[in-house]
Amino acid sequence: MHVRVRVPTPLRELVGGARTVEIAVAPPPAGDGTVTVAAVLDAIATEHPALERRVRDEQGRTRVHVNLFVGADNVRDRGGLTTPIGPGEELSIIPAISGG
Amino acid sequence: MDTGYGPRSMDTLILVGTAKGLFSLRSSDGRSGFDLSGPSIPGEEVYSTCIDTRGGTTRLFTGSVSNHWGPVLRRSDDQGATWTEHQEAALSFPPEREASLARIWQLTPGPADEPEVVYAGVEPAALFRTDDGGRTFSLVDGLWDHPHRPQWQPGGGGLCLHTVLVHPDDPNRLLVAISAAGVYLSDDGGGTWRAGNVGITVPFLPDAPSPEFGQCVHKVARDAQDHERFYLQHHGGIYRSDDGGGSWTPMTSIAGMDFGFPVVAHPTRPGTAYLLPLHSDEFRCTPDGHCVVWRTSDGGASWEPLTSGLPQESAHITVLRDGFTTDGQDPAGLYFGTRSGELYGSVDDGDHWRILTDHLPPILSVRASAVG
Repeated sequence: MHVRVRVPTPLRELVGGARTVEIAVAPPPAGDGTVTVAAVLDAIATEHPALERRVRDEQGRTRVHVNLFVGADNVRDRGGLTTPIGPGEELSIIPAISGG
Repeated sequence: MDTGYGPRSMDTLILVGTAKGLFSLRSSDGRSGFDLSGPSIPGEEVYSTCIDTRGGTTRLFTGSVSNHWGPVLRRSDDQGATWTEHQEAALSFPPEREASLARIWQLTPGPADEPEVVYAGVEPAALFRTDDGGRTFSLVDGLWDHPHRPQWQPGGGGLCLHTVLVHPDDPNRLLVAISAAGVYLSDDGGGTWRAGNVGITVPFLPDAPSPEFGQCVHKVARDAQDHERFYLQHHGGIYRSDDGGGSWTPMTSIAGMDFGFPVVAHPTRPGTAYLLPLHSDEFRCTPDGHCVVWRTSDGGASWEPLTSGLPQESAHITVLRDGFTTDGQDPAGLYFGTRSGELYGSVDDGDHWRILTDHLPPILSVRASAVG
């Protein structure tokens, strides 16, 4: 399965200037075959590691001021990194409105 | 006429890490004029920079953090024209350590004859070392596994390892300082560590005037000639060690002003160091609106105020622990940046000062060096 990932402007230099990247995600070997947001991020870590660590820290936690959306839904309001992502759905990386 | 032969004159490069990116100043005329450029890495807080001139080349490093995207180590091999970040994180905690890098507080060149070795002090307090010029760093396990570590408490800036000093004659001897854990010493290249805070009193702990650890050491500098001598700015007090950090004695107080962040040793003169005291840990600004650098030439027995060219009216200035530095030349260039965005400099050992640039974002770190 391929997932389209929207990359925010400040991070596009990490993916050659692209607005989106297509990430190949293998379905989990066990279970019902659901692909989760975590699995997409794991795949990003392989193809674009500098991009992935802008999103998650070494412990795999989503950085506090980073939001991830599946379609129009913030994954914090769903299952966090276990949120499933279906065929045709996009993952958006969006900086939170914060800072100073 | 410049024939192109003979010794090439050196430029002086100053890296200024701010809350909104990296700026640099460069002088090609013997430190008379400085040209400002930047920002590089706009929007990121640049807590640490390093100008590494070992090995016949100049390498620059920055440790920055984005409020959104986390910390990043970058390297430049073209004196700041371009900065690169390794795809694989050069500096991160191993997963089994259950820690995440928050900030890179210090980047320090290793021994003179090992130009690929660089140390990094980070938050949460830990020491990393690279042996390949910054491509990959390894956690120094001996310090991370120290039995004191679970009891270390963060200072106001976080639980940060902000000072790394490598002994010039014995690279196995290391001194690090942590806020608020104090000084730690290693004699075996980082394999084992012991606290080195004897004599440093802590007014902020009850019934423990000089505990084994827990001191809020703000910065430590090594004397230019006596490599066993250190100068130390504590949260409340200024100290000197003459035995390699084994014990500390108070230096003569500067009119009772015992609070401040940076301490800088003169790069060539023995017994000479500089402080920039602030008014109390409640206020943390230069006292009474006077911006004064204090210099000792006798190892802290006496202090001389340096004010020529520094603002003496309504100057409520804060200089952070890595905001004051020297360029290593003789006479010494001295530079300090303020949280209000001014960079002051002296090129005559501190006798006279001038403002080199202003209106920068809050300045977090300053480093300077002669570069080819």
